[in-house]
Amino acid sequence: MIRIDLPTDDRTVRGLKCGDYVEIFGVLMTGRDAAHSYLFKQHRPEFVDRLKGTFIYHCGPVVKRAGDGWKVLSAGPTTSTREEPFQAKVIADYGIKGVIGKGGMGQKTLDALKEFGAVYLSAVGGAGALAAASVKKVRNVYLLDEMGVPDAFWELEVEAFPAIVTMDAHGESLHKKVQADSERVFKELIEQK
Amino acid sequence: MYIGLPKRGGRTLATKKSVDITDNAVELIRLCACVLRDDIRKRIVKARDLEPKDRMSRSVFVALLENAEIAARNSIPMCQDTGMVIFWVHYPKGLSQGELEGQLKKAVGKATKKSYLRPNTIEALTGKNPGDNTGEGTPVFHFKEWNKDHIRVDLMLKGGGSENVSAQYKLPDIGLSASRDLDGVRRCVLDTVFKAQGEGCAPGIIGVCLGGARDTGFAAAKEVLLRPLDEKSPDPRLSKLEEDLVTELNTLGIGPMGFGGKTTVLAVKLTTLARHPATYYVTVAYTCWALRRYSMSMGLGKKGGVRYD
Repeated sequence: MIRIDLPTDDRTVRGLKCGDYVEIFGVLMTGRDAAHSYLFKQHRPEFVDRLKGTFIYHCGPVVKRAGDGWKVLSAGPTTSTREEPFQAKVIADYGIKGVIGKGGMGQKTLDALKEFGAVYLSAVGGAGALAAASVKKVRNVYLLDEMGVPDAFWELEVEAFPAIVTMDAHGESLHKKVQADSERVFKELIEQK
Repeated sequence: MYIGLPKRGGRTLATKKSVDITDNAVELIRLCACVLRDDIRKRIVKARDLEPKDRMSRSVFVALLENAEIAARNSIPMCQDTGMVIFWVHYPKGLSQGELEGQLKKAVGKATKKSYLRPNTIEALTGKNPGDNTGEGTPVFHFKEWNKDHIRVDLMLKGGGSENVSAQYKLPDIGLSASRDLDGVRRCVLDTVFKAQGEGCAPGIIGVCLGGARDTGFAAAKEVLLRPLDEKSPDPRLSKLEEDLVTELNTLGIGPMGFGGKTTVLAVKLTTLARHPATYYVTVAYTCWALRRYSMSMGLGKKGGVRYD
């Protein structure tokens, strides 16, 4: 198990490889469909400070009001491919060092991970209650009124948040490999009969 | 005018006023969102035991089981995507469908306040989230009057990720060499599951409808997943294909979350609807490993009990 403290740097993430189990400590930011479109369409300088060196988490949490703040109840990953059109530019423009999600991403993102020094990490889809147990605090929430609970940017303090590197900064992608292996079997099955 | 229910022993079994399913429906929603079905849990345990100790695939199943425990113990949603809320309601003659619908909508609002549901409804044109899970066409309702004297409500919480990888084919399909027969159906299901990879939160549970119209095909492909997990199709041709498909799909090696592994699907269920001569749809509804669905049966009147399963 490798410990990652956020914010992190180029050297640390380039040291990670596909298949590494990590535990994440520090402050990360959720961002899914509306958030990626927001960061992509126009440069948002106020988000550079918030995102530089950290990880963006494809997640729309279930939250509950707790006093003046919020408590995260369930916070597993959402499908990452929907952000494929935006992710490379968002990594480049905001200095993000990692993306957490599920299902993996495409070639454009894989290339960006290599070029800008970042990794893609998979969390377990559907294990939202387990993931939320690692969220210690909601630091902030941005654009809640405009985007609603699932789509807003939630700045979360996490402790030992578990994830697996499935796309690294050296061009390796577990998703690409599984896709290719399963495609061979699929073609054989389709050619039968 | 109100038409009363059949009387038993000279007493009215129920009056219109006596039926309020709101709070029971809130409990139904809680179960669905927070408590993993036992039949699914058993299959996850089996799937875990098939994977070697050092594999990522095994660690996924271990996490899913741990997650289920935390969620059930604390009544918090297993998954943050509490899905599209879909109700199937069977009700006895004489009850008002409109009132039942109103009560179920109210239950959805209450469950959202209790954080059993995430505010998951977004206005299509404005992108606004009203925050209470209300909106045009949501939740989804299927009502049917029946001859029994109790109400049954089936609920499914259908996640967006798995909805996105669901698919509908019209046969013949040249690309898949799929013709209008069971082998054609087989090819469509293989295609959907292959293309889904890990995006629909594999291992999937797959509902398939052969025939129907475009709209009814999807409804039926989801409804067939309300059948008990171990129950095969009553039609031997379909039950054989269900079995064959589970075996074939699990040779794809996609595995849980698409990490690679022996279990890519937990179950496949097939059903049929009559079709138009020109159309031959194969509709594949993909649901995630959790298949969040529960059923509530509720008797009417003073003797009415409620059962969830």
